[in-house]
Amino acid sequence: MNSSYDMLCVQPSSDGVQVIQLNRPEALNALTTQLLDELASALSVAQSDSDVNVVVLTGSKKAFAAGADIKEMAERDLVGILNDPRQQSWQRISQFSKPLIAAVNGYCLGGGCELAMHADVLIAGRDAKFGQPEINLGIMPGAGGTQRLVHAVGKSLAMQMVLSGQPISAEQAQQAGLISEITQPELTLHRAIEIATDIAKKSPLAVRLAKESILKGMDTDLATGLRFERHAFTVLAGTQDRNEGIAAFLEKRKAHFTGR
Amino acid sequence: MAFEHILYSVESGVALLSLNRPKSLNSFNESMHLEVREAFKLIRKDKQVRALVITGEGRGFCAGQDLSDRNVDPNAESPDLGLSIERFYNPLIKSIQDLPMPVICAVNGVAAGAGANIPLACDLILASRSAKFIQAFCKIGLVPDSGGTWFLPRLVGMAKAKELALLGDSVDAESALAMGLINRVTEDDTLREEALTLAKRLAAQPTQGLAYIKRALNQSFDHGLHAHLELERDLQRLAGQTKDYREGVAAFMEKRSPDFKGK
Repeated sequence: MNSSYDMLCVQPSSDGVQVIQLNRPEALNALTTQLLDELASALSVAQSDSDVNVVVLTGSKKAFAAGADIKEMAERDLVGILNDPRQQSWQRISQFSKPLIAAVNGYCLGGGCELAMHADVLIAGRDAKFGQPEINLGIMPGAGGTQRLVHAVGKSLAMQMVLSGQPISAEQAQQAGLISEITQPELTLHRAIEIATDIAKKSPLAVRLAKESILKGMDTDLATGLRFERHAFTVLAGTQDRNEGIAAFLEKRKAHFTGR
Repeated sequence: MAFEHILYSVESGVALLSLNRPKSLNSFNESMHLEVREAFKLIRKDKQVRALVITGEGRGFCAGQDLSDRNVDPNAESPDLGLSIERFYNPLIKSIQDLPMPVICAVNGVAAGAGANIPLACDLILASRSAKFIQAFCKIGLVPDSGGTWFLPRLVGMAKAKELALLGDSVDAESALAMGLINRVTEDDTLREEALTLAKRLAAQPTQGLAYIKRALNQSFDHGLHAHLELERDLQRLAGQTKDYREGVAAFMEKRSPDFKGK
């Protein structure tokens, strides 16, 4: 438990994996400006911490995050929203370049769902609920919900979720491709750490460029994406980790990557 | 907390929830649904409770939906029966299935409509000799709900399930036992006592482990073997972390009877 954050528990990293837990259980982890700012800061710290290769982001048993803090939102007028400091936090969160895995249990709604979609890999407990209920308040998703959700689940389901505000189950989320695995709720974090630990053993350089290539491809045309992929692939040719990886394979032993 | 349409009490780790509208054969109206929902909240909150018995007051167990309670707007073309299923019956069935402890249903008389299917959602079903199960839906143009069309084929096979659901004939306790629909038949006057005895026995068992067993069995028909083997692995991993597992092993090694706490 790191005392520098009021609304997060940041655990010390182990095997290259750091767990960050959203910690406002009394408010179902509703995302206040402070919570988002703390999360963005914790991720920047993890970004420059060489002991951290992968971050697992999780909430509580009951809620990953049930949305934005509505009381806070009510106080913002048009000008307030125009100068909303949260935008900067979202920006910082999306720039995290190490793998980010979301372990979701319970409610994952509104800003919470948008936050989860900032992760590279999402897994969820059997009882998780994903939704964008903003429309019920006469507003709409404002942190990527109308963009990332379409990538994740396709147009029809994204429209249905955003326009009706009705949440979907973990099972539906998996069928649609929003999450990659469903777990027993008690094992969601365990499984996320398992996946993270596995990724943390790979070459951090290869992992980073692979992540970047996938994200690049999602917001550009195929030709540009392929070109980016080729360049990234070529960059890896100059790394020690590539030589080690190939040598270890040929010598039938485990590779030891150093990130060089 | 005072209830009007149900009786709720807790004794020696066992919660007893009894439907209490005997004049209308304990049929469900909105208030009874809300009270049952409230009782389930109490059960989940109360750390003392390690088994649940559901039964009915008077001569019937439950006659399903109280048809006089269906709010039909005279200006509407036809009622939307999906609404009350969505709001009340489906959440109730899910609550029973998801409750992390054994649920025993003591069917003390006629069980018709949704009242015939609520028992099927429970883990063990005891019925008094004079109890009757009636899938009455087909007689008024409806479909067995509250999980009826899902539970029946699983319990009695497809042929019997179709017979029960399409003909809607009354099935007595003995026949229900013979076809595998229920677990035990008791004399009328000993039903509740036997159900409570069984529940007390279960309440002294490793509750968390029983909850995992229940979860695995409830999901068994929905999985292929490979997925289910993985589920068993996951649940065993969780069960192995319980204090009761340690106590169980220790008691076995020390040749004494275990003292399970349900955690």
